[in-house]
Amino acid sequence: MGEDLRAVAHGLRREVVRMAGGPHGAHVGGSLSCVDILTSLYFDVMTERDAFVLSKGHAAPALYAALAAAGRIDAEELAGYTRPGSRLFGHPPQGLPGVEFATGSLGHGLSLGIGLALAERLGGGTGHVYVLLGDGELQEGSVWEAAMYAGHRALDNLVAVVDRNELQITGPTEGCVSLEPLADKFTAFGWLTRTVDGHDLGSLGKALGEPAGRPVAVVAGTVKGRGVPFLEGKASSHYATLRPALVRRALAALDAKAPA
Amino acid sequence: MTAPATGPEPADPQPADPRRVYRDALLDLAAVDERVICLDSDTGGLESTFGARFPDRYVNVGIAEANMFGIAAGLASRGYRPYAHTMAAFATLRAAEQLKADIVGHRLPVRIVATHGGLSAAHFGSSHYALEDLAVTRALMDLAVVVPADAAEIEPAVRALHAVDGPAYLRLGRSATPSVHGGRPPFHLGRAGRLRPGTDVTVIAMGPQPVLMALEAADALADDGVSCQVIQIHTLSPLDSRAVLAAARTTGALVTVEEHRPRGGLGDAVAEAVGAHCPVPHRRVAVNGPVGTVVRGHREALEESGVSAAAIRAAATQVIEIGKR
Repeated sequence: MGEDLRAVAHGLRREVVRMAGGPHGAHVGGSLSCVDILTSLYFDVMTERDAFVLSKGHAAPALYAALAAAGRIDAEELAGYTRPGSRLFGHPPQGLPGVEFATGSLGHGLSLGIGLALAERLGGGTGHVYVLLGDGELQEGSVWEAAMYAGHRALDNLVAVVDRNELQITGPTEGCVSLEPLADKFTAFGWLTRTVDGHDLGSLGKALGEPAGRPVAVVAGTVKGRGVPFLEGKASSHYATLRPALVRRALAALDAKAPA
Repeated sequence: MTAPATGPEPADPQPADPRRVYRDALLDLAAVDERVICLDSDTGGLESTFGARFPDRYVNVGIAEANMFGIAAGLASRGYRPYAHTMAAFATLRAAEQLKADIVGHRLPVRIVATHGGLSAAHFGSSHYALEDLAVTRALMDLAVVVPADAAEIEPAVRALHAVDGPAYLRLGRSATPSVHGGRPPFHLGRAGRLRPGTDVTVIAMGPQPVLMALEAADALADDGVSCQVIQIHTLSPLDSRAVLAAARTTGALVTVEEHRPRGGLGDAVAEAVGAHCPVPHRRVAVNGPVGTVVRGHREALEESGVSAAAIRAAATQVIEIGKR
């Protein structure tokens, strides 16, 4: 199981790198940082009863790769990413299989997720709603309107995952507008907070999957650009266009660490 | 265009509180449609009515309009029919992006019920005025926009909008205004209604005070020997452009009256409808002047800022004169 998941994550990272080699480049750093989270959700944790909202819509390449691996869209479609005629925009469009809401403007996803969670509750369903947020995104005030409400209502079918890669466009989140103590903030808003290694698929599976009787915030510590040494931990990897030689280098680096 | 209302005069013409009438209409809907969810941003009055009767379907998100609209979109995407309540100013500007992206962008059947439209919260001051909301909502394609002229129109408007597949914006006032219609008016979503026949000029009015003022102006114009047609618009989007165009063709002069700034609202909508086909002299009676400087009553605040029966009468005289040149 663990090896299988690692192989899926490896495949997703390869696709993200390829998309960053496309004509317009991609939000590659924040896509690579959340690959393991998406792998855990789509291939370990979520069932067909569950719903997912990508609040950090700029991680669309990672989502598209996951949707292709899950068979929701055709894998060949990924080559069209941001090319004319494709439906794979830089941010997820409504209508793509697996995408319920067009996202990309930050700070919307948690409220949408609450709506889905309330609907599930009203209908007597047992599904969970997972919302993936960026850490820089948490500077949007609407996130905290939503967090306050979910905590107040003890929405136990809602899970927020923060891709805590500690970087935003201009540099460290803590140097821009600091988020720490981040876990304490969610706890103070009435959430059960779990802090995990966002690249450890075993820990992610446990943190994402265990019920808590109230909303769960998983603060997943990640590395921006994870898996590609020349992108890792660099704010400049937020958005990059990789020339063919760099795509080859990145793929070789990924393959060198691939599960056997 | 629908025929003039011909119902009997109401026995008791006491003005009805638009918010109470609306709440009753929503309760009636909720009683027969379990998809109806009442989303509240702590506006006051819904908790003791809808919340008391349907506690499972009453969701007070607190003072958080942006969050409310996102939640509404999530619920609507699962088949529910959320009614999201706030004031017009906050619905259309504070939470504008959630309105655009989450609700209208996905064409979800959320009804935004916006009270305190225009200057109806007169004594509250400028923070509570909504004079740009119709420009915002009209810019959003696929959003139905309805402004009832009196309390009697609210219930049929709510019922009509409930049947719409996409999103809708219902603009209500804060307090009671005199009845425009005798009895219960016919209400056809998307259709203009003729309140007075006339041949020299057409006044097209929307909203409680503008429609009342338009009727008063028509009376005054009649004393001047001017035959003034009065058309009421309750559905701003989609506009009954056929009726507007017919009015332009038959009377050759138009005045629009609205409780809104002159940009982006009814005046622009009418100009768009007639401009390409039958341009005629057109004056906009709208909130032009400064607002929120001295406390006034609702009607007085409108009159001081440019919306009055006298202004309509003057504008009508102007457009008729221009048409004669």
